[in-house]
Amino acid sequence: MATQEELHRAVVDIGRASPEGRKGTAKYLKLLDYSVLQQCIHCGMCLPTCPTYDETKLERNSPRGRIALMRHIAEDRLEVTQAFGRELYFCLGCLACETACPAGVHYGEMFENARSDIEQAGVLRNGVRDRVRGLTLRWLFTRPRALRMAGRLTWFYQASGLEFTVLKLKLTRLLPTRLRALESLTPRVQSHFSDALIRPVETPPNQKYRVGLLTGCVQDLAFSHVNRDTADVLLANGCEVITPRAQFCCGSIHAHNGELELAKQMAQRNLGTFELERLDAVITNAAGCGSHLKNYGHLLQDDPIFAERATQWSAKVRDIHEWLAEIGIRTPAASVQQTVTYHEACHLCHGQKITRQPRQVLRAIPGLELTELPESTWCCGSAGIYNITQPEMSQKLLQRKMANIGKTAAQIVASANPGCSVQLQTAVHNLNLKLEIAHPISLLARAYRKSDVQG
Amino acid sequence: MHKVAADLTRILGSQQVLWEREHLATYGFDGTAALEAPAGCVVLPKTTAEVSEIVRYAAHNRIPVVARGSGTGLSGGSVPVPDCIVLCLVQMNRVLELDQKNLTIHVESGVVTQKVTELAEAAGLLYPPDPGSMKISTIGGNVAENSGGLRGLKYGVTRDYVMGLEVVLANGEVVSFGNKCVKDVAGYSMKDVFIGSEGTLGIITKVLLQLVPKPQAKKTLLATFSQMDAAAETVSAIIAAKIIPCTLEFLDRITIRCVEEYAHLGLPLNAEAILLMETDGHPAVVEEEARQMAEIARGHGATAVQLAKSEEEAIQLAAARRAAFSALARVSPTTILEDATVPRSELANMIRFIQQTATKYQVTVGTFGHMGDGNLHPTFLTNEKNAAEMARVEKAMEEIFDYAVCLGGTITGEHGVGLAKKAFLPKAIGDASLGLLRQLKRTLDPDNILNPGKIFD
Repeated sequence: MATQEELHRAVVDIGRASPEGRKGTAKYLKLLDYSVLQQCIHCGMCLPTCPTYDETKLERNSPRGRIALMRHIAEDRLEVTQAFGRELYFCLGCLACETACPAGVHYGEMFENARSDIEQAGVLRNGVRDRVRGLTLRWLFTRPRALRMAGRLTWFYQASGLEFTVLKLKLTRLLPTRLRALESLTPRVQSHFSDALIRPVETPPNQKYRVGLLTGCVQDLAFSHVNRDTADVLLANGCEVITPRAQFCCGSIHAHNGELELAKQMAQRNLGTFELERLDAVITNAAGCGSHLKNYGHLLQDDPIFAERATQWSAKVRDIHEWLAEIGIRTPAASVQQTVTYHEACHLCHGQKITRQPRQVLRAIPGLELTELPESTWCCGSAGIYNITQPEMSQKLLQRKMANIGKTAAQIVASANPGCSVQLQTAVHNLNLKLEIAHPISLLARAYRKSDVQG
Repeated sequence: MHKVAADLTRILGSQQVLWEREHLATYGFDGTAALEAPAGCVVLPKTTAEVSEIVRYAAHNRIPVVARGSGTGLSGGSVPVPDCIVLCLVQMNRVLELDQKNLTIHVESGVVTQKVTELAEAAGLLYPPDPGSMKISTIGGNVAENSGGLRGLKYGVTRDYVMGLEVVLANGEVVSFGNKCVKDVAGYSMKDVFIGSEGTLGIITKVLLQLVPKPQAKKTLLATFSQMDAAAETVSAIIAAKIIPCTLEFLDRITIRCVEEYAHLGLPLNAEAILLMETDGHPAVVEEEARQMAEIARGHGATAVQLAKSEEEAIQLAAARRAAFSALARVSPTTILEDATVPRSELANMIRFIQQTATKYQVTVGTFGHMGDGNLHPTFLTNEKNAAEMARVEKAMEEIFDYAVCLGGTITGEHGVGLAKKAFLPKAIGDASLGLLRQLKRTLDPDNILNPGKIFD
């Protein structure tokens, strides 16, 4: 087992140190269609929307700079170096640059391939980092049962009083500072996961559609109630909900962290989850997953067996807000006298270009007052596991986000991605704020329930 | 680390000097297609004193210095020259003063244009120059290139708003020109020598800008045409009717398609051309001018003339137009953007000539531009990896430049000469003028260390 010090270093060093001067050759960036790399005309329109460039004002920390490096590598003018590795792990992968890009550059695709090259070349490798990646990416997130088991253990730690005791006795002080911060970033795990809360098939009395519901990984462990709320909202809007008990991780965490082959395997496994032909849509309520799920068609485009199925899949996937906007949202009868502001998850607004629909959901709730959040599309610093790998930059972004939230004086912050919600929740907890973080769908579900009670 | 980087690190500290390959590769280009060269090292000064020290060091050691802001230039002006020091000014971005009594704003040269626009707006004022890259371009870069924008025909260009400059000369000496006075004829107008000098005469470190009152009203119209020259004739007719709107922007079919794909504004995809027309000023005048412009457009064959429904829609239309150049990259990977400019009476001729030349050389050209000031942006949609096509592009470009000059126009309206148009400059301005330019350069930069090889050799 790794010592505590090693673990600490690993947490900080994911995407950082390993023996200096390591180099390697690229495979993924070279296999990538050159036109994808060539699409960037380096006009610079992405620079003002890039959170890392905004912070440092260094070209290398901008999308344009990173693409230039990738191009250098694809053209053999530069090897895959450690500095390149660090750079690509300093990138949040928020995709704000894709929204800003008039030329339609697919930065996300380049980013995933570049990170795969970094892992393949091993320029950031060290023993502990390998072990952490092996345990999480290769083991935990490929095995749904193991993940739920890990979830149960965490729940036990949090619910049994053990966590309370540890915190009370200030035992976390024994941990290095960064690991102590990580303790507070651990999401509150729910006592019941989605399979205990949602039956495999639930049918509303006035059924108009049939949809499949994806329960996600973090969503399932930490926000299983959001999955229940999603099912309730779908039912309230005439959708029969099919929720298979065993679901696999969608693979976005693998694709974003340099494990494209694993990501493809996860996608292949997921394609068997539903009888697609029988469904009107496959629903996801986690922005990060949704963005990746819609990309299956592209991810498996060269797969002789799965390509066609993956295209069908991608065509059926809908973010919950998108789906509701498409079929029309039933207005709840009861009104809610609260103020809300909407934080846009990167993989919803940039990854999926969904900005209008979540606001439609919020506006559908009578009495709920929506105040626009300044810089609503600026990343909160969660960015998958970025808050663990790059704590400093992540904290800066979180502070900026919280300052903007403060300007709205809203009572609730609506956020449609589990990563963002954990990140915001951490700030609320640390700053001791009276602020609720909720999924827009939970707010809608709550309004429906209130209507039911009032009859 | 090589010696120059080591020396500069001693002057500036390690945070402000970049020399690793992974940094240098990202400063080898600007917004210009197909031009790239490696930098020797990059420095990021934070004060005028630091800039002065860097230039002094460079002068002493005869090392070329290439200044840049955000690197959005379109003529290769900030592309490095071999073994140069790239002097990047983006970290000199303090706003020094907004003077509401004199209607001026004083900023460091690394301040982003958009920031000036926003500060002016918040004070009920207007900073009119609005180049396409204003979201990220720096004021220093705008002054060095004398950038234009969408409002040129009524409000002029960057030069018309510069009241004063602080410049670091080639020997490292710091000089200031101009002040807040509307009138000042003490000596030669030296600030005007540095405006548009493309980093070849001095390094601009501070800029004093003039602001104007924000117009009370504004109206934006979108006219659709089924023929390109009908749009050109409409523009000529509007000017001839003695109307000077603030914006008369033109987009052709290819450009409309690309912009629509990006911005989703519902632009007419089957039109051959659209004109974006904007008038601002006193509400009554705006009302009257908008009515007249719509009438003239219809009279010259516009198939539809629409009024922007809201201020928001008007802003979206202008923003979409600013994205035209980059959006054209959706068609092909290399977009070579030109800015041949002609007197406005010659617009229809120029447009027709561009179309004919594109056909003659079998190249794809998307044309858009600031039609109201005669400044067109024929953009070649090509692939730098295709040598044969690139050669045809070169030829077509040369003919378009020649024709523009022959119509009494110029090879560049607002992008500068830099590297991209260097070859065409002698023909455009003549030997006598070029000689004078050279003499001026020798006087101000005798060792030829400031952005050498740009504009002319």
